[in-house]
Amino acid sequence: MTTDVAHAAEARFEVERVFREVSGHAVATLVRLFGDIAAAEDAVQDAFVVATHRWPSDGVPPNPAGWIITTARRRAIDQLRRGARGRELISSQQHTVEQSTETEPDLTAARETANDDRLRLIFTCCHPSLRPEHRIALTLRLLGGLSVEAIANGFLVSEAAMTKRLTRAKYKIKATNIPYRVPDESELAARLWAALSVLYLIYNAGTDNIAERSDLRSEALRLGRALVEMVPDEPEPAGLLALMLLNESRVPARSINGAVVLLRDQDRTAWNREMIDEGHTIVRRCIQRDRPGQYQLQAAIQAVHCHADTFESTDWHQILALYDHLQSIAPSPVVALNRAIAVSETNGPSSALAILDTLQDQLANYYPLHAARAVMLRDLSRPHESADAFARAAALTSSDAQRQHFDQQARALTQRRG
Amino acid sequence: MGQYLLSTYAVEGEAPPAEPSPEVMQEMMGRIVALEAEMDSSGSFVFGGHLHGADAATVVQVRDSETVLTDGPFAESKEHIAGFYIINADDLDAALRWAAKVSDCVGRPIEVQPFAGTGRVADQMPG
Repeated sequence: MTTDVAHAAEARFEVERVFREVSGHAVATLVRLFGDIAAAEDAVQDAFVVATHRWPSDGVPPNPAGWIITTARRRAIDQLRRGARGRELISSQQHTVEQSTETEPDLTAARETANDDRLRLIFTCCHPSLRPEHRIALTLRLLGGLSVEAIANGFLVSEAAMTKRLTRAKYKIKATNIPYRVPDESELAARLWAALSVLYLIYNAGTDNIAERSDLRSEALRLGRALVEMVPDEPEPAGLLALMLLNESRVPARSINGAVVLLRDQDRTAWNREMIDEGHTIVRRCIQRDRPGQYQLQAAIQAVHCHADTFESTDWHQILALYDHLQSIAPSPVVALNRAIAVSETNGPSSALAILDTLQDQLANYYPLHAARAVMLRDLSRPHESADAFARAAALTSSDAQRQHFDQQARALTQRRG
Repeated sequence: MGQYLLSTYAVEGEAPPAEPSPEVMQEMMGRIVALEAEMDSSGSFVFGGHLHGADAATVVQVRDSETVLTDGPFAESKEHIAGFYIINADDLDAALRWAAKVSDCVGRPIEVQPFAGTGRVADQMPG
């Protein structure tokens, strides 16, 4: 590559990086100004093209978000002027549309407005009348600034399918008139829960194939942080952030050469201490606030794991107590399963296996159930049944690394029998 | 401000629910009357009604200048509208709040559909 071409590639990369970081802010503000998601998205896309031409030579502007918003508005005005609808739109918003945002004299007000805009947009994208896959796609596209291709890859669908998903979702928002606003206090808790579950789904989608999906996880973390900043009085966003941080801290130790490394076998020196410290700090603050919720409790459980120097020194009794609490406020078969694993560590595998037996119907196609059963059966010296359970787990998981791990465990048991 | 259709349906082949006792019926009617008064006073009520049901339906189609009548509802659907409200609402959230109240009153799921246009087509055409 010649120096010129290399520089051009570098410049383009920098433009894309900065743009992605601030596009959520820009899209959110433009949605407020235009009252229309598609118009905002198109306008930001146009501004991106201009940026790729101008920024490499002019330099990245000091306030990239402000630059994008101003540029996008100017181009949108030009476009809309050509249609009757546009003249309507402009005359109704004349005062806001013509204002310049290149300088923001009051930075606090500006930050608050930006947060309000993004908050409104998150709640719109995560509206409960939209199905979860649509909420996820919209959130990643509009707030995360991810390309349609990147989102499609993240969820193992074709770009065409993801485009269709986004189109349907935007159509529904427009046709049903989903309002762009932060929900009233009476609805805030439920709507916040919908937004948090979207972020957690995005994070978890990024753990299916650890190495390749780090962009989904980092996007979930970034939006999670933004949500905490936007609703600082609510404890659950903080709980979710801590939960994701503590999970993320263990990523470096989770696989070696593509092979799964179980928690009990992980090299804890490879865990990210900064993330653990931040996660622990948040959890401590949540405990002090004493407004527990499911994400805070899940974070506390991970905090106990991350606090232990070795697997053997894990405080399973505390983990079990936390699962008891979680089961009482947000019961689910998966919570019951994870609680059973804690029971196995504190009370032995027999009582834990009995719990799993009650979950077999509900979690028949959930591979972690079979994996947990397999481990307990092995501990109870029932190798034949254990091997069968590992085989079922292998058949149900979509991760190659996991499948290999389960197959290995099953083989080891049958070899012993032989 | 837009208009939304809130509808409830009956499923073909499903056994009709057991006839509620007079007391339960009266209590439910009272709640519906109160809900409709609330809709009226907030200017949300546009129209409402409940239908006789699929057995009373006829499908009419003109094919090759011939009018064909079929006894019964549209064959393709299993669910048939049983009753509905048309309401005014500022946005989907407001429409959903009404739908929740209706669902609570009648003990059935309510489908919420936004109108793309209402009134006479002639009034909605451009130019």
